[in-house]
Amino acid sequence: MNVPADLKYTKSHEWVKLEADGSVTVGITDHAQEALGDIVFLDLPEAGRQVNAGEECAVVESVKAASDIYAPIAGEVVARNDAALDAPESVNQDAYAAWLFKLKPADAAQIDALLDAAAYTKVAEEA
Amino acid sequence: MGKHTPLYDLHVAAGAKIVDFAGWDMPIHYGSQLEEHHLVRRDAGMFDVSHMRAVDVRGCDAQAWLRRLIANDVAKLTTPGKALYSCLLQEDGGVIDDLIVYFFSPSHYRIVVNAGTADKDIAWMRSQTAGFNVDLTPRPELAMIAVQGPNARAKFWAAFPESRAASEGLIVFQAAEWNDWLIARTGYTGEDGFEITLPAAQAADAWNKLAAAGVKPAGLGARDTLRLEAGMNLYGQDMDETQNPLESGLSWTVDMKDATRDFIGKSALAARQAAGALRQFVGLVLIDRGVLRSHQKVVTAQGSGETTSGSFAPSMNQSIALARVPAGVKPGDEVQVEIRDKLLRAKVVKPSFVRNGKVLIQEK
Repeated sequence: MNVPADLKYTKSHEWVKLEADGSVTVGITDHAQEALGDIVFLDLPEAGRQVNAGEECAVVESVKAASDIYAPIAGEVVARNDAALDAPESVNQDAYAAWLFKLKPADAAQIDALLDAAAYTKVAEEA
Repeated sequence: MGKHTPLYDLHVAAGAKIVDFAGWDMPIHYGSQLEEHHLVRRDAGMFDVSHMRAVDVRGCDAQAWLRRLIANDVAKLTTPGKALYSCLLQEDGGVIDDLIVYFFSPSHYRIVVNAGTADKDIAWMRSQTAGFNVDLTPRPELAMIAVQGPNARAKFWAAFPESRAASEGLIVFQAAEWNDWLIARTGYTGEDGFEITLPAAQAADAWNKLAAAGVKPAGLGARDTLRLEAGMNLYGQDMDETQNPLESGLSWTVDMKDATRDFIGKSALAARQAAGALRQFVGLVLIDRGVLRSHQKVVTAQGSGETTSGSFAPSMNQSIALARVPAGVKPGDEVQVEIRDKLLRAKVVKPSFVRNGKVLIQEK
């Protein structure tokens, strides 16, 4: 299973990367893209939207099913990946390169509470 | 653990993702559903459909019984091997299942029904035999392989050259017996091809020979997007016991021509037809960005309806659906579909989107 050690994770299969500027980048894990199959549509949040931790804020649809994406932490959406919007299959090709949106955390301490790679690997293996 | 077809081990060895389908462990895809879809539209793919159930019907009343049992009229079948698509109806016109019936002689037919409904169908059929000299034999020991695509027949003949003489002259919806196989020019993809029914013990060898002839496996996922693009109904989704064929796009399979023929459900359908204002079964093409799915609300000028099947259509690179909508909605109308609390625009079209590799819809 491809679970990079330098990222944080959620039980709902999002990955989270803390950037140098204090923002976080969010995507779905390789395990999630594998389970979804061919991804054909993304619905991503607009910049400026305020989200709570655990709030539904994006949708990833494969040929077979729609899957809600949850905000890993509270904050303000500061960017979305328009390139991925135009090429949803890029999430299948490299789930860690094809990020979905970036957040400015309301409380950076929430990042520490997320799963590390080892803990997420366990979650994914049990799913 | 679900039931396994004779090809299960080959699917697992080929890296298939296995899912439960009506109690069977079946391959949903072997890597990419999209690639398998395109393969069938452009070349040839093979599907394991051994979970479907063949039932042999024999007896001097076989024809009379089938003319009573199903809504289409088997009296139309006069050439051995010819097949007919029909619904199996309840007395109230609700659809118990859809099926294909093959004619061999007026005292010998074969019915092929869906996997999820097979037990229910057979129980229903048996309950309707009183007064008829007819014998039903389910054939769960038979496997079925569908080889579909523009190059399907050529590749099938490359794998089984000795079968060519027996199957070359088949027209669409006709089958021929070859040794202990039945080769039918039927399918569920909108492409040319064969559906082969054969003894389970020969299935793995046949599958491997087809693979050696360049036919790649395709899973149930591709089968669903292919049939949806072809505008073919899926039982349990586009119609079920609560819906009648007249409002499911299947009027063409209900044969009322012979006034002396009384099939199960006929009086209910006649009454429904006489009442008028039949709901329309239409196709939808999504104009806005998104993906149509089943059971989404459709808002029209004539009232609301519902999508019955919806998906991203790989051959069209846009989203399509089948939908049941109020009377008066017609091709060309713009309607709205409710997707996650948003109303997205869709165009109403005839429910046949792609056939023989060609997109039939020019919208967007």
